Amino acid sequence: MSFVYAMLEFIFPFDFIEYNFMKNAIIAVILITPLFGMLGTMAVNNKMAFFSDALGHSAFTGIALGVLLGVKNDLISMVAFGIFLALIITRVKASKVASADTIISVFSSTSVALGLVVLSFGGKFSSYSQYLIGDILSITTNELLLLFICLIVVTIIWGLIYNKLLLISINEDLAASRGIKTMRIENIFVVLVAVVVMLSIKWIGILLINSLLILPAAASRNISKNSRQYMFLSIFIALFCGLFGLIISFYTNTSAGATIVLLCSVFFFITYAFRNKK
Amino acid sequence: MDAKNGCGLCKIAVENVSVVRNKETILKDVSFNLHCGKLTALIGVNGAGKTTLLRSILGEIQHEGEVFFEGFDGKRLSKITIGYVPQHLNFDTSSPVSVHDFLQASRTIRPVSFFKPKKNSYSINESLATAGASELANRTLGDLSGGELQRVMLAQALYPTPELLILDEPLSGVDCIGSEQFYDSIQNLRENYHISIVMVSHDLELVKQYADDVLLLNKEVLCFGSTSEVFASNAYKQTFQAGGDF
Repeated sequence: MSFVYAMLEFIFPFDFIEYNFMKNAIIAVILITPLFGMLGTMAVNNKMAFFSDALGHSAFTGIALGVLLGVKNDLISMVAFGIFLALIITRVKASKVASADTIISVFSSTSVALGLVVLSFGGKFSSYSQYLIGDILSITTNELLLLFICLIVVTIIWGLIYNKLLLISINEDLAASRGIKTMRIENIFVVLVAVVVMLSIKWIGILLINSLLILPAAASRNISKNSRQYMFLSIFIALFCGLFGLIISFYTNTSAGATIVLLCSVFFFITYAFRNKK
Repeated sequence: MDAKNGCGLCKIAVENVSVVRNKETILKDVSFNLHCGKLTALIGVNGAGKTTLLRSILGEIQHEGEVFFEGFDGKRLSKITIGYVPQHLNFDTSSPVSVHDFLQASRTIRPVSFFKPKKNSYSINESLATAGASELANRTLGDLSGGELQRVMLAQALYPTPELLILDEPLSGVDCIGSEQFYDSIQNLRENYHISIVMVSHDLELVKQYADDVLLLNKEVLCFGSTSEVFASNAYKQTFQAGGDF
């Protein structure tokens, strides 16, 4: 770890890097934001902004279930509930019994309300309010290791399913006619999103997590003409805004997650002005 | 794909195919053979069961009867490669996907957004050239006209090299120039490759001009034979000249 710290001190020769919590936060940003930039491209392609928003909000229920079941590490219960919710929304959505936004809204409202009821029982909600805006400065080295493993595993799975997902995002029937198991691939994708969102919520915050997933990809999509540009620009915007948002928040003493997302939205509006006009 | 290659296939036989859905007969005892290097047009009034028949051949819906593929040696093949060009591709036209990305995604597992292997580019350019769409490789999918998009769809259907190519009303809503360019590509395929082509079309003039055989369908086979035979038949006259809903 000391080698990585020394590298960071070399790359960022500024006073903020003297603090270990800033070094850890920068490493966290370098590990998390490319994942969001990457997954966001397909979330935007598949019009899943509302879905990932619902997923983020359901984190409260994950924590609440952990409390009820006596799970000490709330990360486990959050990830487990996130995967469960993602799969069940995808299944119900595929059955086409109601419009997708209605289904997502029903699941989202139910899970948020359930989580808040359980967590606020006995007036104890204030101890969980930290999850609303997150705190990236509180990340530990063990948690960084977890994020590193997550980055490697998600990137490998992403590489294996990307082309199939791309064809599904263009036209599901065409993808199926080419032998792609569309439901299986979609399930793998929503599980990846659920895992990454839930693992990052503690540091980015429930209120902002969806913006970090959607904004870099949406900004990149405005000016991209092919899949390579779309992906690399989205990752670049997420990483750039992550690093500079964190540094700005250090000097302005503002919430890191909010500052990062604000920078992403600036990128979105700039690229929107230069978007590919049809 | 080598020019004038043999596909190793003698015929595609559809025997006594029937489809009943919700107690309603959609297809009844449909039988016919398709041969390599021939374009067979599937015509009929609306609701005649043309798309259901295509989906039965594609194996997408349950049906009675058999669809099988017989090689030159008379042996049945368990599976053949079928290329499919849908009637119209509904997709988000603002999606940043180039024609090359689209074709590469269906040919390799290497993620399109990270790799652009030369080997794939050669085969993509070959398919695009066969479909008369070489100049479209770097265009964004959403920027293509209807005719251009259908030629790209034809290029995607050409990999892996199909033994049977199914075209489901590929030119509905495509302008005249686009239609001619598409049919030129189909002509090129028919003349240079031993592919069986089945095409559903409502444009009887184009069918007359390009098809070798015609199958006239209305839940059952009303007439099947060479284009001139079918167009001269009583079944054809009764179907289309008596003011059928076409």
